[in-house]
Amino acid sequence: MKVLVHFEHDGGAIKRGSLSALRFARDVAEQTGGAVTGLVLGSDAGDAASDAARYVPVLVADDTALKPAIAGPHARVIADAVTSGGFDVVVGAATSAGKDVLGRVGGLLGGFMASDVVGHEVADGELLFRRPMFAGSAIATVRLCGGPQVVTVRDASYEPSDAAAEPGAITPLAVDTGSLPRDVEVTGTPPSQGGRPDVTEAQVVVSGGRAWKSSEDFETHVGALADLFGGAAGSSRALVDAGITPNELQVGQTGKIVAPQLYLALGISGAVQHLAGMRNSKVIVAINEDRDAPIFQVSNYGIVGDVYEVVPLLIEKLKAADA
Amino acid sequence: MKILVPTKRVPDPDQRVRATADGSGLEDKDLYYVPNPFDLIAVEEALAIREREIEDSEIVTVGVGVTDYEKELRATLAMGADRALLVETAANLDPWNVALALEKVVEREQPDLVLMGKQAIDDDSNQVGQFLAARLGWPQATFIASFALVEGGAAIQRETDTGMESLKIALPAVVTADLRLNEPRYASMPQIMKAQRRPIDRVALEDLGVTVAPRCEIVALEVPSANRTCAFLDSADELLDALRNEEVC
Repeated sequence: MKVLVHFEHDGGAIKRGSLSALRFARDVAEQTGGAVTGLVLGSDAGDAASDAARYVPVLVADDTALKPAIAGPHARVIADAVTSGGFDVVVGAATSAGKDVLGRVGGLLGGFMASDVVGHEVADGELLFRRPMFAGSAIATVRLCGGPQVVTVRDASYEPSDAAAEPGAITPLAVDTGSLPRDVEVTGTPPSQGGRPDVTEAQVVVSGGRAWKSSEDFETHVGALADLFGGAAGSSRALVDAGITPNELQVGQTGKIVAPQLYLALGISGAVQHLAGMRNSKVIVAINEDRDAPIFQVSNYGIVGDVYEVVPLLIEKLKAADA
Repeated sequence: MKILVPTKRVPDPDQRVRATADGSGLEDKDLYYVPNPFDLIAVEEALAIREREIEDSEIVTVGVGVTDYEKELRATLAMGADRALLVETAANLDPWNVALALEKVVEREQPDLVLMGKQAIDDDSNQVGQFLAARLGWPQATFIASFALVEGGAAIQRETDTGMESLKIALPAVVTADLRLNEPRYASMPQIMKAQRRPIDRVALEDLGVTVAPRCEIVALEVPSANRTCAFLDSADELLDALRNEEVC
């Protein structure tokens, strides 16, 4: 199968989630006897294209009309690249940007789409996808009844791909600017984030729940512990709804899906919604006052206690160990 | 302004789902259905637009599915929708075929805005809104957190992985609601009673001119246990020792 990987980038470097999509693409190409090509869209996209070419040969659609990234025009270019290149599969990360634009690509290419893929196999030359349903309570195996196929994969389920021994070729892709829709204008972008990594990119995620009473308490406990681990700070929906933490910290079905090496749930009871976002973490630790809280059922280690007492002790011990 | 709000009926998220014994699908015996929570957020926003922005807006909700769907559509009437349309089909449609049906409904109803949930909480596909926008050639805004009509279109904030993005979008458009757009209202008992007597428009899927062509089939379904055995520890020291043994600290 010929597989095209949609690379998300920040103007320079390829995003980690896209390297997970690349892992899927390489696996599929290997299992079916095929090849992988990357696709970079943007304006002044030379740096991103060079970074992508460290992994695979890339097509680059470089045009001022493609920045900032908007689903309508980007989907048009991606769908045209799939059609003209004769690709069997186009894959990208199941990020908010990936779901937005690749969903539209799926609509342009006939609807053969599998979202949030967490595993795959090849049976009789056909791709079967594993994907969660019902907030992760069920795992479905699905087949797509034709193609070209559009796939988004969860980065937590596919290890990011490594660079190739030799860089790939960079081929410009002509963009028919006149045919692109101009019906959406970006009027404001999110402020760039501070020092901590994103929850989806970190090896350690320290998350806080309802037990925390204020943003200050969250920062001096959950945030401080995340920093000591060199990890990310996450949050349950309850804290976001209470205005204590920002939306983008939310882990869960309606937030971000994570699977770090270590997940610390501090004062999180463990609603199904939250468990859906973190239950595949390698080691899960919960600290909660209520011994019957559902979070303990998915945890490897637990401490029953008040987070306001236990967490400062943990911080103290970690600082002492570091010193 | 005419607003079309597609809705789906889904198993109540608060109940436990089970796979059938042969693993071919979901055990649907005894399942209780509710309107998809994200779609209720979309209904609420349509009502808010009528109350806040354009008083003579018409709000039409639409469901695609079996006859039993009436209950969920009446819930949207009780909230305040003007009309409800049921596209009847016995088939369990995948996102593509739902989008085809909705495309035909849009052609008939000619709305200025399609407002719907970002995903249904049963199959969690997150596809229909984007498919529909692509089919119609309309602009899309997914995962929206705020909506306001402005000169020449709508001003929208949408949730992204790195924070809030602001857009200005031309109408007609397809927009999909995220969790924090609003808090859906509860219908009062008199509204619920009144909605029982309201007619629901019906049209057969075939009469819309849609030929169902499956795109995605479920081959198997399993409900794995996520449970682990939790070792309860007494102190921060014990926890750090355990994490060092696991080589994650």
